[in-house]
Amino acid sequence: MAILALAWKSLRNRGFTAALTVASIALSVALLLGVERIRHEAKASFTSTVSGTDLIVGARSGPVQLLLYAVFRIGNATNNISWASWEEISAHPRVAWAIPLSLGDSHRGFRVLGTSRAYFEHYRFARDRGLGFEQGGAFDDLYDAVLGAEVARKLGYGLGQSIVIAHGTGDVSFARHEDKPFRVVGILAPTGTPVDRTVHVSLEAIEAIHIDWQGGAPLPGQRLSAEQARAMDLTPRAITAGLLGLKSRVATFQVQRFVNDYPKEPLLAILPAVALTELWGLIGVAEGALLVVSACVVVVGLFGMLTALLTSLNERRREMAILRSVGARPAHVFGLILGESLVLTLVGVLAGLALLYGLLAVAQPLLGARFGLYLPIGFPGTTELVLLGAVILAGLAVGLLPAYRAYRLSLSDGLSIRV
Amino acid sequence: MLDALSIARGERIFVEGPSGSGKSTLLALLAGVAVPEAGEVEVLGERLDRLSSAGRDHFRAHHIGYVFQQFNLIPYLSMVENVLLPCRFSTARRAAARRRSATLEEEALRLLGHLDLGDQALRSRPVTTLSVGQQQRVAVARALMGSPGLVIADEPTSALDADRRESFLRLLFAECAESGATLVFVSHDAALEGLFDRTLRLAELNRALASSPLAA
Repeated sequence: MAILALAWKSLRNRGFTAALTVASIALSVALLLGVERIRHEAKASFTSTVSGTDLIVGARSGPVQLLLYAVFRIGNATNNISWASWEEISAHPRVAWAIPLSLGDSHRGFRVLGTSRAYFEHYRFARDRGLGFEQGGAFDDLYDAVLGAEVARKLGYGLGQSIVIAHGTGDVSFARHEDKPFRVVGILAPTGTPVDRTVHVSLEAIEAIHIDWQGGAPLPGQRLSAEQARAMDLTPRAITAGLLGLKSRVATFQVQRFVNDYPKEPLLAILPAVALTELWGLIGVAEGALLVVSACVVVVGLFGMLTALLTSLNERRREMAILRSVGARPAHVFGLILGESLVLTLVGVLAGLALLYGLLAVAQPLLGARFGLYLPIGFPGTTELVLLGAVILAGLAVGLLPAYRAYRLSLSDGLSIRV
Repeated sequence: MLDALSIARGERIFVEGPSGSGKSTLLALLAGVAVPEAGEVEVLGERLDRLSSAGRDHFRAHHIGYVFQQFNLIPYLSMVENVLLPCRFSTARRAAARRRSATLEEEALRLLGHLDLGDQALRSRPVTTLSVGQQQRVAVARALMGSPGLVIADEPTSALDADRRESFLRLLFAECAESGATLVFVSHDAALEGLFDRTLRLAELNRALASSPLAA
């Protein structure tokens, strides 16, 4: 303990270089923990891109493919679900709510999703967060549209904006439903999920804009105006996929089997959390690389400390001789230098934590508003504590080298003062 | 090297000799940082040549006060903390200091007071801003802290003005006498010789050694 007190005073005396060393350790620790926290949250937010949904239903394909088009709006469905089948599935006694999803059209590169009002009520993401409206509300009229936050921001749309939906999903489409424009009635709050990049309309609207189309092109000579379309039967013929909420989690496998064994057409039901974790396994390699890089930065920071301690040793040989003369053993000298590396690392780690929390406090509202990424400002988690412990141990390990060198010097110098 | 040398307890010995005459070696042997290749070293009844290096470190911590030529003080410690240093490494010195004063700090202040360093303003200054003479006196206070049996001073006056040397020595003598410490004082300044009980001329001892076989 006496030696640590000496180490502390000695470092305070060399305040400037000590502060620089602490700063480099603090920065690297803040980076390491920041990366770890973002990594953790990115994974958590990814794997809960959709939550509260017990099953995703689509035409039979692979689970990841179904997840990609139903949740991430990436790629296209190979097949549809007929409306009759969907109605029968939604009517299953174990099903609490059902959200139909109809994809295939786009607006200036953003996917258009045909759905029902149940979407705004039951869709959940992250830790059971529901969709909120930043402006306006859900669609009411046939030609109403609700925009995701990013759509509105990127395209500069506000309420009342008139938009035209293009047929197909290409960024630039020549087949457009120009005769049936939509009016923006609601803009959703940011979620950090693909919902932000989606234009939502009703299922009936999807049906209405395609009522005079066939095979991807308007039927020649049979154009129906927007008002004429209102009078038609707009019950959809098919949907792309659907989300199911069950009355009880226990029923998940029962309903999944019911869908998978559905006799009238080949269907697939998947558990979103399982498929999301599977998908993260594919794309999550980068997160590991990021952590490795930030760990390397910590090593660089500790090497700064090594340099500072080693270069200070020569000018401190007098100090070592004085300590030996008052009875310090070479082991004490070893402990003094090791103690200094411990103090530097500990102060660096604490300063790094303070820096991290300071940055989090500043960045949290920004990240939440822009990306829907919610970084909790909480006590360090287990992984983070393990990382901090590893940094402190690494600091001590790095300190062994100058400590041993000082030990050797003080053995050979004895009480003679060499400068 | 030396044929035979014995110093009585409480004696004040002046060791004189040109550089290269073996002063440093003698001090290293007495302080227990070196052991002879052959022969015996006994200090205060302890055979240092038989102790391990850790044992000699302990011995030094408990029984020896050491004053360097100059720059004696640890720059990042205060004056009092410097004086208290031996107590950090030796329980015996702590106990001895407590026998003389109620607390360690009080003992440090008592010694500093005796060495004309009682001024409060002086004590709160960084030790690096003290004059050389003041630094040397702080070093003496440190060497005497906890009443060690042997005080070794390695040319402690060489950085002082001639007129300050005597007053420094007088303080050193008074304090050694009070604690009953033996004083081994190395210097090449023959003018100081008269103040000591006995003078040891290393050059002569070595010459004698060269002409007679070694018998330790």
